[in-house]
Amino acid sequence: MTGYVIRRLGQAVLILFGISLVTFVLLYLVPADPARQIAGRSATAETVENIRNQLGLNLPFYEQYWRYLQALLRGDLGRSYLQKTEVSALIASRLPASLLLMAGAIACELAIGLAMGMLAAVRRGSFLDNSLMIAAFVGVSAPQFVIGILLLYVFAVQLGWFPIGGYGTFHHLVLPSLTLGLLGSGWYARMMRSSMLDVLRQDYIRTAHAKGLRGRKVLFRHALPNAILPIIAMIGIDIGMFMSGIVVVESVFGWPGIGQLAWQAIQRIDIPIIMGVTLVSACAIVLGNLLADLVAPLIDPRIKLR
Amino acid sequence: MRKALMAGVALAALLAAGGGTYAQDEKQGGSMIVTYKDDVSTLDPAIGYDWQNWSMIKSLFDGLMDYEPGTSTLTHDLAESHTISEDGLTYTFVLRKGVKFHNGREMTAEDVKYSLDRVTNPATQSPGAGFFGSIKGVDKMADGSATSLEGVTVVDPYTIKIELSRPDATFLHVMAINFSSIVPKEAVEEFGADFGKHPVGTGAFKLAEWTLGQRLVFARNQDYWKAGLPKLDQITFEVGQEPTVALLRLQNGEADIPGDGIPPAQFLQVREDPQFKDLIIEGGQLQTGYITLNVKTPPFDKVEVRRAVNMAINKERIVRVINGRALVANQPLPPSMPGYAPDYKGYAYDPEGAKALLAEAGLADGFTTELYVYNTDPNPRIAQAIQQDLAAIGITAEIKALAQANVIEAGGNGSAPMIWSGGMAWIADFPDPSNFYGPILGCAGAEEGGWNWAKYCNEELDAKATEADSIVDPARQAEREQMWRDIYLAVMEDAPWVPVFNEQRFTMRSERLGGPDAIFVDPVHVPVNYDYVFAKDVQ
Repeated sequence: MTGYVIRRLGQAVLILFGISLVTFVLLYLVPADPARQIAGRSATAETVENIRNQLGLNLPFYEQYWRYLQALLRGDLGRSYLQKTEVSALIASRLPASLLLMAGAIACELAIGLAMGMLAAVRRGSFLDNSLMIAAFVGVSAPQFVIGILLLYVFAVQLGWFPIGGYGTFHHLVLPSLTLGLLGSGWYARMMRSSMLDVLRQDYIRTAHAKGLRGRKVLFRHALPNAILPIIAMIGIDIGMFMSGIVVVESVFGWPGIGQLAWQAIQRIDIPIIMGVTLVSACAIVLGNLLADLVAPLIDPRIKLR
Repeated sequence: MRKALMAGVALAALLAAGGGTYAQDEKQGGSMIVTYKDDVSTLDPAIGYDWQNWSMIKSLFDGLMDYEPGTSTLTHDLAESHTISEDGLTYTFVLRKGVKFHNGREMTAEDVKYSLDRVTNPATQSPGAGFFGSIKGVDKMADGSATSLEGVTVVDPYTIKIELSRPDATFLHVMAINFSSIVPKEAVEEFGADFGKHPVGTGAFKLAEWTLGQRLVFARNQDYWKAGLPKLDQITFEVGQEPTVALLRLQNGEADIPGDGIPPAQFLQVREDPQFKDLIIEGGQLQTGYITLNVKTPPFDKVEVRRAVNMAINKERIVRVINGRALVANQPLPPSMPGYAPDYKGYAYDPEGAKALLAEAGLADGFTTELYVYNTDPNPRIAQAIQQDLAAIGITAEIKALAQANVIEAGGNGSAPMIWSGGMAWIADFPDPSNFYGPILGCAGAEEGGWNWAKYCNEELDAKATEADSIVDPARQAEREQMWRDIYLAVMEDAPWVPVFNEQRFTMRSERLGGPDAIFVDPVHVPVNYDYVFAKDVQ
């Protein structure tokens, strides 16, 4: 087990290295000049050249990357080109909000997805089953900015149950979590349905029924715990999906997380911030996957970690 | 020094007349909430150059000069008076006494010198460094051979002398832009690169709280040197809020001003809502939206083709595309800019005439080209309207909708034959006609990377522009204005641009806020002159 974890962490470092290289190459190739962004529209050619020199943007690619890597190994993500603030400070100030949003989204997708999947499995083939699965399909495919704005309009503007965007209280958390969670819940609903159907076909369920247990008891005591486990193991993988979702959801709801930070940096080609957020997200995804793999054998002893 | 050249006299008269209009007896107190979409990157006056931080910086800092609230009329600010030497090369400013920085120290001429040295020092990486080109010694700062401006001298603690290397009629405007704000050396040195997050100025408000990515709180500067100002005790800026969401919050009573204005998509709806239509404020801005035609790229190297395109564009229809939120333009300058030619008719919409001109240029069958455009609404829709107009005279334009930085890059390196400037250019930095020429129509801007995307370079006009800007004498300003008018009309003869419209700004304020409409759409303190907004609920 320990050996496995160490090996996986070693792989993670390699993956992060690869991601940093690819991102750096892509940003290097973007047909826009960060020095000009900093210098502003009334700058002379000399000013632009000066800034390029100061930031090392005139160096050959491998040297720029090597410099970045060296700083990175010292834990230094650099300073934002336009804000001049340390990237680590910017990310640290926004990470809690993103983590909170993700936690809320996980709660939402589990609650909604599992309930939908279970209902559909129990009423298999019925009208309810069909409509739930169609709803799940819509949930998976609907763009998050549409869902977000729709939820805002109905629950915040028309009904006034929740605040219109912003951050701070539990009330603020509900709609963005729901928006981010809906995508996953559609996914979970379908998985839960098939997992539940598998379990319901098992012999021990028939035995439980034969013993004369009531339907509800069979469902919650015998079927549910077994059906739910493989799904719980997937949560780690969700984190990767959330990472792309938060960029949109945070923008719609004015949620002060790293997705919003990334989006604003991309528009201004603020390379240190883009690199920093990419690496932090990559870390989260790698760790999420590792977590999912570590949890799997605890749930299903047939899985062995090697 | 000639007394007749005391430009201060005229300004002082204006100050006396205009000052009373605003600093009335509304009680101080109360607060407001302003929302913005984008985060505030910095509050360092030498660095900040964004929509959302522009007037925040103006409220935290002061410069030697400023403008009458809600107007583009120059007035003294930290300078009490100034004199200009006869040759127009030496400006001497007498500073106001007893003005204190937020840290309690008195502002002196040393601070003025330090601030100008700092903004022109390449290590500061100020996007405004280019505005100070006329100060003697700027070239030595730029190449690193000096760390202090040769032309700026502290005469005594309350007098500063600035020598120029060439007469510069825009110099007082330059002293009024954010980049010339006075900063205290000790605070800049204490916070270093983080000064932008810990701003210390002499302004009406001071920064009380900043939660990154969420909220900034400005508190009233109790020691502010302008009596009775600012009106509010506190302003809260909430960032990261989409304009659509901001508007909903305002309608719900959760916010007071949508800093990014009323979003185009909601415009008609709000305007027809009886509850809110009276809270809408409309104002002009020093902006022109135009299509650049790259004069170095065939077939736009032929003036007939450029004139034909000018005649082909149905500008009224484009204004309708954006729900009438603009006025049709026919020349580079916006109407409220000195030097605008009100009698000029421009190129009338005439597709048949345009076709005839194309035929004259040997392009009766039209041609294929590319139109670059910034990819946020409403710009792609405007580009489609342009595309249709061009198709009507046989020109096939492929639309390239890209991120802002990519369009700017393509414009700068000359690879874009046509660009629709919307969302990027051009809003004036200061209310002077020269600001619409140098960077976007002059030869200097036509160099690689410059903002003159038409790559238009007319040396004769450049010489005339230099001549106009050397007229410093306030008594000859009408003459200078006329020269600029002639320059822009000559530009239109060469037709490197199709001026399309001058955007109007539409914003809102909640019922509980008071103050003249003009300060909510201030042409210089963009977007809002916060210092003069008052709260009705404390009156």
